[in-house]
Amino acid sequence: MTMTTQPRHLASYYDVLVVGGGPAGLAAALGARETGAERVLVVDRELEAGGILLQCIHSGFGLRYFREEITGPEYAERSLEQALESHVDVLSDAFVFDVTEDRTVAIMSPTVGVATTTAASVVLAMGARERTRGAIAIPGTRPAGVLTAGLAQKLVNLHGYLPGRRVAILGSGDIGLIMARRLTLEGIDVVGVFELMPHANGLSRNIVQCLDDFDIPLHLSTTVVDIVGHDRVEKVTVAPVDAHLTPQLDRSWDVACDTLLLSVGLIPENELSRQLGVRMDPLTNGPVVTSEMETSVPGVFAAGNVAHINDLADWVSEEALIAGRAAGRRATGQRVPADNIRVLPGRNVASVVPHSISTDRVHTLYLRVKEPMLEDSLIRLGDVHERKVRALVPAEMASIKAAPRLLEDFHGDALRIDAVPAQEVTT
Amino acid sequence: MTTAPVETTTYLCTGCPLGCRLEVDAVEGDIVEIRGFDCRKGERYARQEHLDPRRPVSTTVTIEAGTLPRLPVRTAEAFPKDEVMRLVRQLQAMRVVAPVARGQVVLDDALGSGIDVIATRSMAADPEADAGDAGGDPQRARSSAV
Ligand SMILES: Cc1cc2nc3c(=O)[nH]c(=O)nc-3n(C[C@H](O)[C@H](O)[C@H](O)COP(=O)(O)OP(=O)(O)OC[C@H]3O[C@@H](n4cnc5c(N)ncnc54)[C@H](O)[C@@H]3O)c2cc1C
Ligand code: SF4
Repeated sequence: MTMTTQPRHLASYYDVLVVGGGPAGLAAALGARETGAERVLVVDRELEAGGILLQCIHSGFGLRYFREEITGPEYAERSLEQALESHVDVLSDAFVFDVTEDRTVAIMSPTVGVATTTAASVVLAMGARERTRGAIAIPGTRPAGVLTAGLAQKLVNLHGYLPGRRVAILGSGDIGLIMARRLTLEGIDVVGVFELMPHANGLSRNIVQCLDDFDIPLHLSTTVVDIVGHDRVEKVTVAPVDAHLTPQLDRSWDVACDTLLLSVGLIPENELSRQLGVRMDPLTNGPVVTSEMETSVPGVFAAGNVAHINDLADWVSEEALIAGRAAGRRATGQRVPADNIRVLPGRNVASVVPHSISTDRVHTLYLRVKEPMLEDSLIRLGDVHERKVRALVPAEMASIKAAPRLLEDFHGDALRIDAVPAQEVTT
Repeated sequence: MTTAPVETTTYLCTGCPLGCRLEVDAVEGDIVEIRGFDCRKGERYARQEHLDPRRPVSTTVTIEAGTLPRLPVRTAEAFPKDEVMRLVRQLQAMRVVAPVARGQVVLDDALGSGIDVIATRSMAADPEADAGDAGGDPQRARSSAV
């Protein structure tokens, strides 16, 4: 069964045009249809829509959004089904190369050629890409065998191509941990995971089920200082780091391997957004967005990893529904009151999305902490509200709701979001 | 009468980011005490992990005549941990033929566990694929060895 309907030609106008067909784009399109927007198009550059989840074959998705624990491909296919059932057009194998301020969208594809169309609302949902060696600057030669964990995931899970025989992994992000298990199941020797920070970056579930289950060592406060090899990686040199993250070269050792996987984080894919000139937030590396997920360019919205890195597809879908509904409302001439409170990251908060909220309705704020807080903690909404949480770690996004009744007594124009240890707060 | 020694095993709780270190005391395999949990979820996890550890298993199988050479599959429910490698080896030797529907059983009653292995995506038959060709990818050194 081929899921994607492939429109043969492009209409000259859409109510809502969504760039990117991952969970964000598909949920945004669904949200737009819910508000009555008639003509909704999703454009994705891959042969099939679904986004990065098509290659994430492990389970752990969907508990929130589909009320059932499923794998990435299932999540992607169900999202696509939902969109198609609500009569969204999905054009795959089509690359969006320009979006202008008047929402003219330029597309290139084998079926429609090079064409432009206009939309009342555009939703940016291009996802994220992985940080590469260049982004973290490891010295050494440039042999074959150095690749990102996500690329390895794509090669193994979609194409059945095994990237090497002895693999070291730099970074303890979830994608790297998942790949440690995946490669081990395929019979590859995974010699170790090396993490610069004193704490793992992935979920404890992945530490247990992807490393401990297979006796794969995790070396914390350790990094790769050299990659050695002519045509192919022959070994990497690793060294412990001190409190300032400086490698202790006199204590370095060599690890024989033919492949180094990098699992050092994701960066929102915002070339189009920058080209368009939307205002960016240096903390999220994504556009500054209102509570409706609207960017600084009116009528252009952002959803999913393009706006800020999400670790869970479920969060992405939830947030994209909001963006899509707002895009649909705009296209159909419905209005909601504008935001009147700015939101700022405060103590131990690395970033918060959205960047502003209004006092007339309930909002969910998504945040990420800087340092792990392994104790009872509070997320505080200025001094008007707080939420108790068991623990907060950078690897897991957290959220807090802001409801109108909480903001009744708030008269400032900026609300600070703090993450503080519970016992520090005297009651 | 001699008393059997108490054996202590530790587990890292995966229930939340706190990651409590759980300790299970057992005498001749019977749990006598569980420590280290901060909530009931952790206690339940320690018991399950000690008596009958299970894992969700995901991998891919060779698919012939599909739009891609591999089909992702998973166990319909968590599988006994000690049998995971054996299951994956058996799946590595399997071939299915496109088209396949999501949820379709590709291996029923895997290793006599009563648990099925199901496809996690639909895959159409590729009109251009040569059915005999799948899995013959020269880069896939392993597939001919099984
Ligand atoms: C390698 C990797 C592994 C991950 N693993 C997990 C996981 O195991 N579990 C989990 O919950 N989350 C995982 N994530 C997080 C994941 O990013 C989110 O769960 C979710 O998939 C993000 O959805 P999205 O729609 O924002 O982006 P994506 O799923 O990345 O979708 C973006 C889509 O936009 C398309 N696109 C981009 N630019 C253009 C353009 N110019 N024109 C047309 N189309 C374009 C892309 O091809 C892609 O299909 C992973 C992320 C990555 C990168
Ligand atoms: S025992 Fe409870 S608090 Fe501790 S890690 Fe497990 S779920 Fe979290």
